[in-house]
Amino acid sequence: MSRISRLFTRKCPGFIGFTVAGDPDAGTALRVVRTMIDAGLDLLEIAVPYADPVADGPVIERAHTRALEAGTTPDDVFTLVRQVREYAPDLPVVLFTYYNIIHRRGPERFFVDAAAAGADGVLIVDLPIEESGEVAEVARRHGIDRIMLIAPTTSPERRRAILREASGFVYLISLEGVTGERDRLAPDIAGLVGAVREDTYLPLAVGFGISRPEHVRAVAAAGADGVIVGSALVRIVEEHLGDEAGLHEALRTVIGAMRCVLAPGREPDIPGRESVEG
Amino acid sequence: MKAGRYGVYGGQYVPETLMSALIELEETYGRVSADPEFSRQLGWYLREYAGRETPLTYCTNLSQELGCRVYLKREDLLHGGAHKLNNTLGQALMAKFMGKRRLIAETGAGQHGVATAIAGAALGLPVDVYMGEVDTRRQALNVFRMELLGARVIPVASGTRTLKDAINAAMRDWVTNLRETHYLLGSCVGPHPFPRIVRDFQSVIGEETKRQILEREGRLPDTVVACVGGGSNAIGIFYPFVNDDVGLVGVEAGGEGLETPRHGASLSAGSVGVFQGALSYLLQDDDGQALPTHSIAAGLDHPSVGPEHAMLKDAGRVRYEAVTDAEALTAFRRLSRTEGIIPALESAHAVAYALRAADGLDKDGILVVNLSGRGDKDVADVATIHGGAA
Repeated sequence: MSRISRLFTRKCPGFIGFTVAGDPDAGTALRVVRTMIDAGLDLLEIAVPYADPVADGPVIERAHTRALEAGTTPDDVFTLVRQVREYAPDLPVVLFTYYNIIHRRGPERFFVDAAAAGADGVLIVDLPIEESGEVAEVARRHGIDRIMLIAPTTSPERRRAILREASGFVYLISLEGVTGERDRLAPDIAGLVGAVREDTYLPLAVGFGISRPEHVRAVAAAGADGVIVGSALVRIVEEHLGDEAGLHEALRTVIGAMRCVLAPGREPDIPGRESVEG
Repeated sequence: MKAGRYGVYGGQYVPETLMSALIELEETYGRVSADPEFSRQLGWYLREYAGRETPLTYCTNLSQELGCRVYLKREDLLHGGAHKLNNTLGQALMAKFMGKRRLIAETGAGQHGVATAIAGAALGLPVDVYMGEVDTRRQALNVFRMELLGARVIPVASGTRTLKDAINAAMRDWVTNLRETHYLLGSCVGPHPFPRIVRDFQSVIGEETKRQILEREGRLPDTVVACVGGGSNAIGIFYPFVNDDVGLVGVEAGGEGLETPRHGASLSAGSVGVFQGALSYLLQDDDGQALPTHSIAAGLDHPSVGPEHAMLKDAGRVRYEAVTDAEALTAFRRLSRTEGIIPALESAHAVAYALRAADGLDKDGILVVNLSGRGDKDVADVATIHGGAA
């Protein structure tokens, strides 16, 4: 059983955290990832820095820029994945990337490197099913799950076609828009989860716009198997540039507050939890 | 050829969230392009409002100097001062037929923003225009024109603060608001079906040119020249000539020279990559990141190019050449003095190549240059470069 499959056999929904590799530099990024893992992450999404991340909101876009300015390359991202694999051998790791990174490297070489580094899945944010034939075949050959996106605007027919290609888990986009924190969640997440659930046995993780413990609770209540938090964590990195002690403390606090909503039995005593905001 | 592909190029490399909008756009475009009422209304706007057809001007003085017959296709005389309005009127009308209530656009030189603002005002649709912060400064006059026309200009401060970042910002807005908003893409770039829609709306340039040159000369031209940034004016004039025995030349921004990193010549010096929704030629580094670009002409300052141009390059059907900033400036002044026509700096690239190409033609040779826009917007910039001296 793969690391991703094993995660979703548990009873409570998984907490999935997102980070941009190399943000704000390689050393800090590794320490950030370790703190996130220690705080109770169930799956880690690592973004490959890209200069034109059109699906991302301003917080994550700035993280891409910081990482690129620090000189982060795809090779550095694979190094980070290897370091995570050594630190947390059982933690599932998914690479989140834009397609030109793969195209430029060549799909074969990209997936060879991803598999060698220990990545479990790859999500290519701007590669819809229409364009993904070659990549799907290469990913399968290297035993890497293709995490596919389904949006609220995806038609039922299209959804079924996407689900035929997906493996590992399905990433449900909770709202129409880019990544980023929102005050409120989209109103009908339960409806979206329910509709997709009818078409697949794959686990369903919900992302985009989730930034507060109450959002996490709502997504779990909607029946999701996983909750993905990105901008809220990336923003903590941005707000603590030059204050690394504060950065790790804030990450532990926020992840702890969100994580304990999913597994109430593990609720830690975290100071300042009530003041956590999106 | 697969739908949405030009050879291997084109496609739809976009987040899943955008796919429903692209599917809707493709369906609508198929419907309206077969709808006589749409054609009737668009014909009216192009003729009565925009001022088509535009003249094909014989350049008496330049022809004498160069020793061949030089014509200019006068898109600078279109309402708004550039070819952009052909596309914005077409797409704005299409947005109305789709029931969309708002237009968004991105702009580099400001010409597409102005043309979208004009089309929005004419058709009663509110317009938001994204523009890189750097470009808002170097094209301040066009910012003022857009605002005067009722559009809201939104400066983009991310990335290199130029056209590519404005496109990213517009795509984000579209992803968020796609139910009521039409993204009026300004060039033959981006995911399918945009390259085809823009080409079709701009093909009016080439269709008129063909008819006009046959009336005037009784034969087709030897060479048609157009500048290429994203490539919309070029594909507009080239497309109706693609199956004819006519030399086609696209002129890219050579900036400070192709041997330097400061240029915008993606076809001449780029490699194949995916950028902003399409597979095409791209100026990129070894890791697949788009490189910063440079051109004296803001409208050519872009790292990629429309996918149909990529196919035409590979097929050898169109020759793509690069012209430097310095050559473009020389052409800018020469056309102004010899013909009394001030070209846009973008168009001055095509003029500069024509000055070069004329050498190979005899006195009966016919050269058509697409004068894609007028140079009023660039006059202040050029005056600064020349230290105030004309």
